[in-house]
Amino acid sequence: MTTKPNTIKRQVSSSSNILTEEDKFKMIAENVTISYGDKSAVNNVTMKFKEKSVTALIGPSGCGKTTFLRCLNRMHDMTKNAKVEGKVMIDGIDLYSKEIDPIYHRRKVGMVFQKPNPFPTMSIFDNVTAGLRLNGVKDKKILNEIVEDTLKMAYLWDEVKNDLKKPAIELSGGQQQRLCIARALAIQPEVLLMDEPASALDPIATQKIEETITELKKEFTIIIVTHNMQQAVRVSDYTGFMYLGDLVEFRETKKLFTDPKNELTAKYVQGQFG
Amino acid sequence: MSINKRQQYRTLFKQNVERRLFVDKIVRLIVISCVVTAIIPLGSILVEVFKNGIAAISIEFLTEVPGSIGSGDGGIGPAIQGTLIVIGMASIIGVPIGVLSGIFLSEFGDNKLAKSVRFFNDVFMEFPSILLGIFAFLVIVLVLGHFSVWAGAFALALIMFPIVARTTEESLKMVPVTYREAGMALGLRHWVVTIRIVIAAAKNGMVTGVLLSVARIGGETAPLIMTILGSSLFFNNFDTPMDALPLRIWRLSLLPYDSAQLQGWGAALVLILIILAINIGVRTLVLNKNDTYRFGKMIKEKIGGTK
Repeated sequence: MTTKPNTIKRQVSSSSNILTEEDKFKMIAENVTISYGDKSAVNNVTMKFKEKSVTALIGPSGCGKTTFLRCLNRMHDMTKNAKVEGKVMIDGIDLYSKEIDPIYHRRKVGMVFQKPNPFPTMSIFDNVTAGLRLNGVKDKKILNEIVEDTLKMAYLWDEVKNDLKKPAIELSGGQQQRLCIARALAIQPEVLLMDEPASALDPIATQKIEETITELKKEFTIIIVTHNMQQAVRVSDYTGFMYLGDLVEFRETKKLFTDPKNELTAKYVQGQFG
Repeated sequence: MSINKRQQYRTLFKQNVERRLFVDKIVRLIVISCVVTAIIPLGSILVEVFKNGIAAISIEFLTEVPGSIGSGDGGIGPAIQGTLIVIGMASIIGVPIGVLSGIFLSEFGDNKLAKSVRFFNDVFMEFPSILLGIFAFLVIVLVLGHFSVWAGAFALALIMFPIVARTTEESLKMVPVTYREAGMALGLRHWVVTIRIVIAAAKNGMVTGVLLSVARIGGETAPLIMTILGSSLFFNNFDTPMDALPLRIWRLSLLPYDSAQLQGWGAALVLILIILAINIGVRTLVLNKNDTYRFGKMIKEKIGGTK
């Protein structure tokens, strides 16, 4: 780690004993507060994301998990009147410091959105390579190689390898979402943010996406927002439970679900509200 | 709620449905009659122009300079040439300005400057075209001391760019924000996202806007009277008067000779055909192939689905 050791000001229950300083952290969010106008959506959240792990963010609708996820990629830059305070470090560099051009960091952090959003005018091939081509990578050999590699990683290659010139919009919803994963992976990011990537998909497509996530974990640091607690259990190593903009509990997934420290967490994971 | 009450509500809702079906029929009738009312004048104009104009069309009519007044000789060659030149020049000036303003308004338009630009643009769009002609007359014709092609192109560009700006802005705004986010998340710069993703998705709407504005200026007469004046000769240079189809139609239709009026009908038909050709040509060349494909597929599915 190149950053100074983090002091967790807020009592985020026992996160310090599951993630010790020996662990290698890819990203650290420190005292992040996000507000839209006067309304605060995320309050003073501190989280560390271990390299090559999957961290799930769970919580009821409107608890700020998506808002928090988007700040890890500076996606709030586009939203007028959204304000982000605190620090988000990636590899020890503060993403929100004034000298940083967010463009370079977004290339390090890929993002998959809730609804599949392949570019409507582009073919499957062009969608996957969009991030590269539009940044000036022209070498056909490199592009071909990356298309095959990323589509295989996203478990889509076998279904589309003969139709790469087909409009992406003709794929099914689940295929489109895996295409979006491939597109995000094509820029060779190190972190992958996923905002409820399976919420619009059927169980089979969901299973495929989850397999993809498990496979990707070997190489990437993944942060996933999900509504689905079983999904969090299946795919994630660590889970953060958010409620009304607060990070209530953040621990190893198994422990959070079997032995929650916080009463609210316990009620939520037992399905008593949500 | 008691079971009885539920039953009461069910009857009530059923009555509602019957009433709604009736209203639906009435509204459908009104809509269809409105469409017919709108199509009748359009269709009858087209039919009339074709019927009267087709007799005037000949190679000579399309290529030669006008003959002596009332003789029925000669053609509208200079007018056709002039219309193409003035539409082309006005588009070269008006389309880039319009498209760029539209992009500015849609993508960077969340500030005071953009709000006032949008307001003036709307006002401009409503301006009577003769006023823009007089404006071009004042700032170009009077300053240079003679009527010119430049002045005509300038006046038409003034009519064109607010239309293009508005339609561009509207088409760009229709592109869902999720595509912009996807582009940003790939680490692309704002302008790259705008040009390669947002504009690519909005292209069809933008092209339609440009074609609308071309059709609009193709038929403008008043500003041309104030600027290119009209001529019986082929285009010579940009500093002299020139002919154009609307001017020729206007002149011919005022003459008290049947032969001249016939030529007027012919010229009107030619103008309509030119605008139609530009429309079809540009659409086939520029429009997204994927979109047509999707549209075709959609229709196929519709037909297949309701079999």
